[in-house]
Amino acid sequence: MANHAQAEAAHHDHDDHPHGLRRWLFSTNHKDIGTLYLILSLVGGIVGALLSMGMRAELMEPGMQVFGNPEMFNVFVTAHGLIMVFFAVMPATMGAFGNWMVPLMIGAPDMAFPRMNNISFWLLAMAFVLLVMSLFMPGAPGSTGPGAGWTIYAPLSTSGTPGVAVDFAILALHLGGASSILGAINFITTILNMRAPGMTLHKMPLFVWSILVTAFLLLLSLPVLAGAITMLLTDRNFGTAFFDSKHGGDPVLWQHLFWFFGHPEVYIMILPGFGMISQIISTFSKKPVFGYLGMAYAMVAIGVIGFVVWAHHMYAAGLDVNTQAYFVFATMVIAVPTGVKIFSWIATMWGGSIQFKTPMVWALGFIFLFTVGGVTGVMLANAGVDRSFHDTYYVVAHFHYVLSLGAVFSLFAGWYYWSPKMYGYMYSEFIGKLHFWMMFIGANLAFFPQHFLGLAGMPRRYADYPDAFAGWNLVSSLGAYLAFAGFIVFFIGVIVQFSRKEKAAANPWGPGATTLEWTLPSPPPFHTFDTLPRIK
Amino acid sequence: MDNGNTGAGGRDKKGLVALTLAGLVAGMVGLSFAAVPLYRMFCQATGYGGVPQVADVAPDTVLDRTIKVRFDTNVDRDLPWQFSAEQRAVDVRIGESALVFFKAHNNTDEAVSGTAGFNVSPEIAGRYFTKIECFCFKQQTLAAGQSVEMPVTFFVDPKFADDESTKNIEEITLSYTFYRSDDPSDVATAPGDRASGS
Repeated sequence: MANHAQAEAAHHDHDDHPHGLRRWLFSTNHKDIGTLYLILSLVGGIVGALLSMGMRAELMEPGMQVFGNPEMFNVFVTAHGLIMVFFAVMPATMGAFGNWMVPLMIGAPDMAFPRMNNISFWLLAMAFVLLVMSLFMPGAPGSTGPGAGWTIYAPLSTSGTPGVAVDFAILALHLGGASSILGAINFITTILNMRAPGMTLHKMPLFVWSILVTAFLLLLSLPVLAGAITMLLTDRNFGTAFFDSKHGGDPVLWQHLFWFFGHPEVYIMILPGFGMISQIISTFSKKPVFGYLGMAYAMVAIGVIGFVVWAHHMYAAGLDVNTQAYFVFATMVIAVPTGVKIFSWIATMWGGSIQFKTPMVWALGFIFLFTVGGVTGVMLANAGVDRSFHDTYYVVAHFHYVLSLGAVFSLFAGWYYWSPKMYGYMYSEFIGKLHFWMMFIGANLAFFPQHFLGLAGMPRRYADYPDAFAGWNLVSSLGAYLAFAGFIVFFIGVIVQFSRKEKAAANPWGPGATTLEWTLPSPPPFHTFDTLPRIK
Repeated sequence: MDNGNTGAGGRDKKGLVALTLAGLVAGMVGLSFAAVPLYRMFCQATGYGGVPQVADVAPDTVLDRTIKVRFDTNVDRDLPWQFSAEQRAVDVRIGESALVFFKAHNNTDEAVSGTAGFNVSPEIAGRYFTKIECFCFKQQTLAAGQSVEMPVTFFVDPKFADDESTKNIEEITLSYTFYRSDDPSDVATAPGDRASGS
């Protein structure tokens, strides 16, 4: 990929970049904003993980040990869900890796709207502050914090939680939603308008494709959440009755609106992971990805179908049998493009010269765990089977396999793959692999037994359970502690990486790494691609 | 589309894309609010989610087949009334109109108004369960200590026996929940407007 000197309008700030507070608070640089998102996501991840430790400590044995008030347990569940979704996974996938890598991979000097990028980040940071504040506000009678679950179903979130905690959470979601919508507009505009000469849509790296599809999902689903939570807010405070059957409203309408957003949301969390895994598998197999176009359009298909399957979350809400039949069918259809992706990753590795570097190990872990989660998803897609699985730990196990293990594993894979590029220092292979094995064993120990608990009928969102469930809950808690210890090892690895300062080469991965970011030095200069690369 | 970031034209193009996308966002917000009335209209038109239908007269055809209709009554905790059905269930022939009574008693020493939400179960039966007259069509006010009998006239549409998804149903439950409604504007403007089931 020869760089072609091209006359370009002079950049305003060719000289040295701003320092200190001005550099970070007023940043318009996609790399700095990406780093800010990464820090926010790590803070969110720590808070969310600590909350889950509280939950697992409570559930380790029957009876009440940690929480005096079981309502507090529900607050932990709610906060864990909201924080992990909106303030750990999303800032990392889109915010951190999207911001850092999309302009580098398409050969653009920056994002299309750098100032809007800045406000996207700070809105999200403020949203996080609001959500954390909500934990200390009055919630359900006699407790603090929003305890209605991340799905905030009415009427539990309206008359069931009279305190202002839910209002704070709603406003946090409003700000977070606005942030993501602005971010999505920015990404789409960047990808559609700022690709380097010669880089057609069908030559874009798959990670960029995944961000493009994700941005469209955000753009179409988040406004619906914003509308729905606005209705919830006015129901709570201004006497409207959208979801109140006393005055002709309907709580099931909330479920429709929420899941019209909520289902695309789960693809928003996982699609960028798909993109990262594609880059990594191809890099460490030293082969171009198998079936590139199929991979790109599989993501488009997942995105499109993701909008017409929402009511599979509502089989127990009293849907007509024909409606259920449709949603069963549509949901199962998603397994097709997802299967295309899984098999194409395997086909990419087939006959490749595979190197088991840390990012590759994480990527393989991702494929295994995501497939397990996908299989239980196909089970849950059946309305008849879901009658007994609905709201049990089987569902908890399913979505943690695809998200906690799927999305989060892809993020760690992305970190080990790109952090040498982003910050110029090589990570420690030993610590990276130790981190992997602790998380892999820990997370499987934590979540696999939850399938058994769910099959045995243990319901979600309770602080206590009958003695019959004690055994697997103990295993699950011990696994969760091991995974958390692995998370601490990750931070030790980051400290080692930044303190031993082992310089990373421009392309530490060899001939398999063919995307544009590896043509730049590590770390890349503050401004990149002032002259546009030309793609052959 | 390729090099929008070079030259003056790039800015306009970016702005246009961003504006289009912003329009898409506005459209989706609008759609989420439009979902509220659309959803209600949809439920009433199709009986989706157990919303019963409303008619002026009973049909001409009456089938030999009978169906059991059970009654379920609930009172919201804010409403100090007792409310019950005078009969737990009736057997009616499909197509025949039936008259049943409910009894409400105001336990307090002041006048209290309430309105009733309703639906039928199984929900699929909603599209054939039809009311001609119902106390739930308007707000009810009970004076201090007053007891009243409230009538409901209904029939099960004969098409019930032909529909693949309802013909095997042998029992329908009609459920009412009375809520306090102090606001006179709470009075149902049109029958069926107070659908609670869906």
